[in-house]
Amino acid sequence: MARIIVVTSGKGGVGKTTTSASISTGLAKRGHKTVVIDFDVGLRNLDLIMNCERRVVYDFVNVIQGEASLNQALIKDKRVETLYILPASQTREKEALTREGVEKVINELSQTFDYIVCDSPAGIEHGAQMALYYADEAIVVTNPEVSSVRDSDRILGILQSKSRRAEMGQDPVKEHLLLTRYNPDRVDRGEMLSVKDVEEILAIPLLGVIPESQVVLNASNQGLPVILEENSDAGQAYDDAVARLLGEDREHRFMTAQKKGFFSRMFKGG
Amino acid sequence: MSFLDYFRSKKNNTASVAKERLQIIVAHERGQRDMPDYLPQLQQELLDVIRKYVQISDDMVQVDVDRNESCSVLELNVTLPEK
Ligand SMILES: Nc1ncnc2c1ncn2[C@@H]1O[C@H](COP(=O)(O)OP(=O)(O)OP(=O)(O)O)[C@@H](O)[C@H]1O
Ligand SMILES: [Mg+2]
Repeated sequence: MARIIVVTSGKGGVGKTTTSASISTGLAKRGHKTVVIDFDVGLRNLDLIMNCERRVVYDFVNVIQGEASLNQALIKDKRVETLYILPASQTREKEALTREGVEKVINELSQTFDYIVCDSPAGIEHGAQMALYYADEAIVVTNPEVSSVRDSDRILGILQSKSRRAEMGQDPVKEHLLLTRYNPDRVDRGEMLSVKDVEEILAIPLLGVIPESQVVLNASNQGLPVILEENSDAGQAYDDAVARLLGEDREHRFMTAQKKGFFSRMFKGG
Repeated sequence: MSFLDYFRSKKNNTASVAKERLQIIVAHERGQRDMPDYLPQLQQELLDVIRKYVQISDDMVQVDVDRNESCSVLELNVTLPEK
């Protein structure tokens, strides 16, 4: 039985696809057989971030509609042995994803994979609800900014009422907060919500803090999940998050401003 | 308030404004989400009862459920027309 993890947020552009690529790569790198599914039907992006856009032949919707087998649609990653990508369709409507269709695909994947990572589209409507419906765990990607935090809270409400686990009265979906695009300098200046602020408002356990980093854009330019930039702050932060997801206890990093010392910051008012 | 917070608060601290606004809106939206399904109907029936005695419009009755850890409070606000 695979563990099903949805990467969700409500608000768009906060880093779901970046996170899905890195978390799935990190799980696979540790030897777990992992598949990452792009639920963003109509706007596929995961293939670009994973550098397999030219190898897409069939997609998720083709499989749901019986036009291709799962084996035909799955793309094997070229860097990490046990990683596969199921791309989204670019031409169809989000409504092409039905609960029965998604269930069929997930059940089949469950038989051979350890982890199924679902990259949710933005919003709280059909597509996002399909991506989270079968989840066992949810990584709620949040930026330290008012509309993102509010949308995360709304997605938490949906996880708690409209997921399969909620509808079936099973144990709730395990929720994780992943705070991304974090800038400790701006937090110190009182311009950005702190980790503590967001934790206090959303009241779910913190999986990790990913710093705002130029490396993320550079990595995505090259189709490299940023977790493979092993010397970068964002890459290491994602690696920590994967370790915590697997139950390891790792201290949180990249949460404080590094460049200036404590006192110079205080007295220069920086 | 910690030492660092003291320095933070002296500046134009928009993050603390953001936090306060979020706490309010999130609490409100969570309240809405936890509303029992029967609430709209309850509100309608209350309105009908009150209308037997005073003439009020729909927006003059407000029903809210306030949940605390130990209990839930049904809050009913009726604005009576001025005589
Ligand atoms: N930690 C980070 N530092 C800097 N830039 C980042 C970081 N995380 C994500 N980004 C950038 O933010 C943009 C949006 O990221 P991404 O596509 O992962 O978001 P998304 O939530 O999947 O968006 P959508 O809702 O459209 O699917 C990208 O340009 C990405 O490079
Ligand atoms: Mg995306």
